Amino acid sequence: MSRAAGIVLLSLIAVISVVAGLAAGSVPITIAKLFYALVQPGGDAVSDIVWKLRLPRVLAAFSCGALLALAGTLMQVLLRNPLADPYVFGISGGAALGVMFGMLVGARAFAQTGLGLAGAVTASALVFGLSLRAGNWNPYRLLLTGVVVAAGLNALLSLILVLAPQTAVKGMLYWLMGDLGYAGNPLPAFAVLAVLFVVAMPFAAAMNVLALGRMKARSLGVAVGSIELLLFGVAAVAAVTAVLIGGTVGFVGLIVPHLVRLMGFADHRWLLPGSVLVGGGFLTLADTVARSAWAPLQFPVGVLTALLGVPILLLLLARRNNDVAH
Amino acid sequence: MLRTDGLRLAYPGQTLIDGLSIEFQPGQVWAMLGRNGSGKSTLLHALAALRQPEAGSVMLHDALVGNVSRRALGRQIGVLLQEETREFWGSVRDYVLLGRYPHARSLFGWSAEDERIAENEIEAWHLAGLCNRSFASLSGGERQRARVAALFAQRPAVYLLDEPLQHLDLAHQVAVLERLSIEARNGGAIVVMVLHDLLFAARYCNRFLLLFTEGRFSVGPADEALTAEHLGELYGFPLVLVEAGSERLFLPARRSGGMTHV
Repeated sequence: MSRAAGIVLLSLIAVISVVAGLAAGSVPITIAKLFYALVQPGGDAVSDIVWKLRLPRVLAAFSCGALLALAGTLMQVLLRNPLADPYVFGISGGAALGVMFGMLVGARAFAQTGLGLAGAVTASALVFGLSLRAGNWNPYRLLLTGVVVAAGLNALLSLILVLAPQTAVKGMLYWLMGDLGYAGNPLPAFAVLAVLFVVAMPFAAAMNVLALGRMKARSLGVAVGSIELLLFGVAAVAAVTAVLIGGTVGFVGLIVPHLVRLMGFADHRWLLPGSVLVGGGFLTLADTVARSAWAPLQFPVGVLTALLGVPILLLLLARRNNDVAH
Repeated sequence: MLRTDGLRLAYPGQTLIDGLSIEFQPGQVWAMLGRNGSGKSTLLHALAALRQPEAGSVMLHDALVGNVSRRALGRQIGVLLQEETREFWGSVRDYVLLGRYPHARSLFGWSAEDERIAENEIEAWHLAGLCNRSFASLSGGERQRARVAALFAQRPAVYLLDEPLQHLDLAHQVAVLERLSIEARNGGAIVVMVLHDLLFAARYCNRFLLLFTEGRFSVGPADEALTAEHLGELYGFPLVLVEAGSERLFLPARRSGGMTHV
């Protein structure tokens, strides 16, 4: 299978996941009715469900998953560590702390988002600042600083959960697991995704070289420092945006880049678009299952991404034929 | 032409090289010899503008290397580092193609010429049967061959190599050295390499840079640099000269503790 054909296939899977997300739910909608509601909006109940409930939710899931996968792919190559995920800068912990604090004091949704943003920015600035301060910074110091700061933030989070009234704890836990139930208008997130993708893609070839290490990349003509700084920025914005949409959804940012690589897209010029498509599609499907399989009961999607992600990765690792890259 | 002027390289509390002024001319093949930690790699990094010298300068065609863009440097200077990554997610072919990165005209694909050059190097380094394998799955020697192939695919005018023969079998060691002398002799390339093998250094290099301790060094052609006395001091180990035909071999003197064959 050529790489172009592979990308077409992944696009098709992404479209199918969106259609499935629109059709499935506590009120199942047939494909014919769905199509009719999409081309002829307004009027009946089906059209309302599709346009007012499902489409925003499905698009939020897609953009959240795509942003997480994009951030994960970038973090893995920037830190040259296959275990890196979008949250290594303490972004998840910082955002969670902000949002949990908002919930604790009973702030409105808008204020909670603002607090989450402030927390994520503060935490990532702290991690980045601490590892840059030592001068000649390197990916390992960044990774370790991130792990240490995240541990500290987790302790504070536990404290908030202990202090919070019983009634608020469930909402907090949903948010911490990752839940798209509170996602608002998905269009800003899509705009962020589009901008970040366009900014990152011209550096895809340089990312292939960066994977060889900073010194080797420099000797091959990559302006390492400035490109790394820019891409860390892209990854951080992607992660923060995703967290503000869906809470701290786990595993998508870690697993999707590996999935796409195992499909034979190791070259970042294909890996980036592939990850965006698979990440979006994966989270859309997971969210569809989370809200429809046990309807009217709704699970936080983070539980499903973990339950699906872990066996998928283990299966792929077990089947991986180390001898064949393509 | 590559030139250093009053170059000083040091780490806190330790001077590696002080006052080094050399002109590396096209066609010359340099061997850099010295003990572990004598500053060979550090000097190589400084020549490649991968390290800022403590004092002095490195000039490439009368421009400070630090002022030349990374991309332009990448087209002119090729570097084989002593330690390069083992982790690469792509295939061997992908890896060798990365040598063409400084020459690539498009951000989104390789030109036919890039593909052809990489393909030639894959053939030359006997990687054709391995080129679809993942780089990470290769043996140490095969990986070194892929690195060498990527370096030659880069087609630089200056080759800076840190222990290029490591992990290679004998035939491939000779192949690397022969190719480098051809690039220097016929292509007018400058070759500077860190070597630990005195036989190969004497056979394939025409200029020698000996790095002693405490910042001292000596520079010269074979008949000046390669004497048993000189090299003995360099390595802190006695050497004996053995003449074999027209070649002069330096062997480590026998000390107690070796095997006695009976």
